[in-house]
Amino acid sequence: MTKWGQKDLLGLENLSREHIELILSTAESFKEVSTRGIKKVPALRGKTVVNLFYEPSTRTRVSFEIAAKRLSADVINIATETSSVKKGETLIDTGLSIQALKADVIVVRHNASGAAAMLARHVDISVVNAGDGWHEHPTQALLDIFTLKQKLGNIKGLRVSIVGDIAHSRVARSNIWGLTKLGAKVTVCAPELLIPPEVEKMGVSVTHSIDSALSRADAVNVLRMQFERDTGAAFPRQLEYFRNFAVTEERLKKAKKDIIVMHPGPINRGIEISSAVADGKNSVILEQVTNGIAIRMAVLFLISQARRTQ
Amino acid sequence: MEDKDIREIMDGRSIENALTRIAHEIIEHNAGDSGIAVVGIRTRGEYLAHRLVAIIEKLKGTKLPLGLLDITLYRDDLMIADSQPVVHETKIDFDVSEKNIILVDDVLYTGRTIRAALDAFIDFGRPQSIQLAVLVDRGHRELPIRADYVGKNIPTSKQETVVVRLNEIDNKDQVLVKN
Repeated sequence: MTKWGQKDLLGLENLSREHIELILSTAESFKEVSTRGIKKVPALRGKTVVNLFYEPSTRTRVSFEIAAKRLSADVINIATETSSVKKGETLIDTGLSIQALKADVIVVRHNASGAAAMLARHVDISVVNAGDGWHEHPTQALLDIFTLKQKLGNIKGLRVSIVGDIAHSRVARSNIWGLTKLGAKVTVCAPELLIPPEVEKMGVSVTHSIDSALSRADAVNVLRMQFERDTGAAFPRQLEYFRNFAVTEERLKKAKKDIIVMHPGPINRGIEISSAVADGKNSVILEQVTNGIAIRMAVLFLISQARRTQ
Repeated sequence: MEDKDIREIMDGRSIENALTRIAHEIIEHNAGDSGIAVVGIRTRGEYLAHRLVAIIEKLKGTKLPLGLLDITLYRDDLMIADSQPVVHETKIDFDVSEKNIILVDDVLYTGRTIRAALDAFIDFGRPQSIQLAVLVDRGHRELPIRADYVGKNIPTSKQETVVVRLNEIDNKDQVLVKN
């Protein structure tokens, strides 16, 4: 049995296949807790989890909060717009203050790549990366992989296509690391300017054709077009993107009949995905949301355990 | 292997006899009551629970609900444990209310596992009663807990270890005491 032994979860790039599998198998056991009449176990009783979010988020923050509460931890949410961050406090000073308040875990989302890792170097308490810039969003990738595993049994040998703004997507990056470590064949698909340079070095193939991305795939992960990150010329217009890259019923007809359609949310209906597909029989979008709780419970449990066993 | 440090306390046949006797006692004790359900505490209680259910079903000719309980998340030493705790799935897919629940474990020792199991179980509802069946009671309780059905009482010292081996995972039915 693999020992976890790490106080933080910062990304999937530096996790071994065994560690990823340990999180997945632990999450499998935690899934049952959310189906009980009393949806709570006492594993993290007396622990304090602080959600520190520098970017807007609904699903990730709520999911972490629910996960922590189902483990009986106490949860504090800090929205930076209403905190001392507005007065100019740095991430590290905020982190040290949270540590001085005797919290046990900081779940951090930040618009700067590497923010979670930097915070983890400066505090002794556990840090979980809930998304840092364009870098990683490990728990999202883990819940995507977990959902695939529940649907298709084994990740090894699966063909998974990731469609959308790969260049600016931390979800894509974490998925690529996780999926390739578990032996999936990953294809990324986007307009040329939204593919990061040298992405092939991560072990993926690249296509600019949505039809070829869909043609042999067992699953497609549709990313949200992040128009708020619009940097000018590189960004396609919404309608143009829909015409050329959206996952629609018409296009799915040419794909495998039981292809799994995933989306990390929030969905932009009619931009990267049509409503019919988002709500259709191939979609597992809401199952992903449910599975996110089990994954985050597993992560919070394992890192809390590691701190005690060090 | 130093033979004098390892004693075989039960073999396959005596384990089977013990379970059969416990099954009769459970039926007698719960005669006239509405329903019995058997819940095994993971890991080895699971296999013993399967066997008990098979025996009781044969004797009574009716089906019994069977549940599995993983108590890892309820352990009182969770945060001080040295080894990586492995969480397994709990599976109780029947209504526990109004039922007489037979909790099954391999060894009763300090009673802390049973304390955790009771806490875990209460989260699933309010059964009519919870009764405890164990293959081996080795004494040294640290909590006010006792078993209703015991396969064998084995006086031990705290330095000794009781090892239960079951066919299903150990390829052999055997209870050993190691010094």
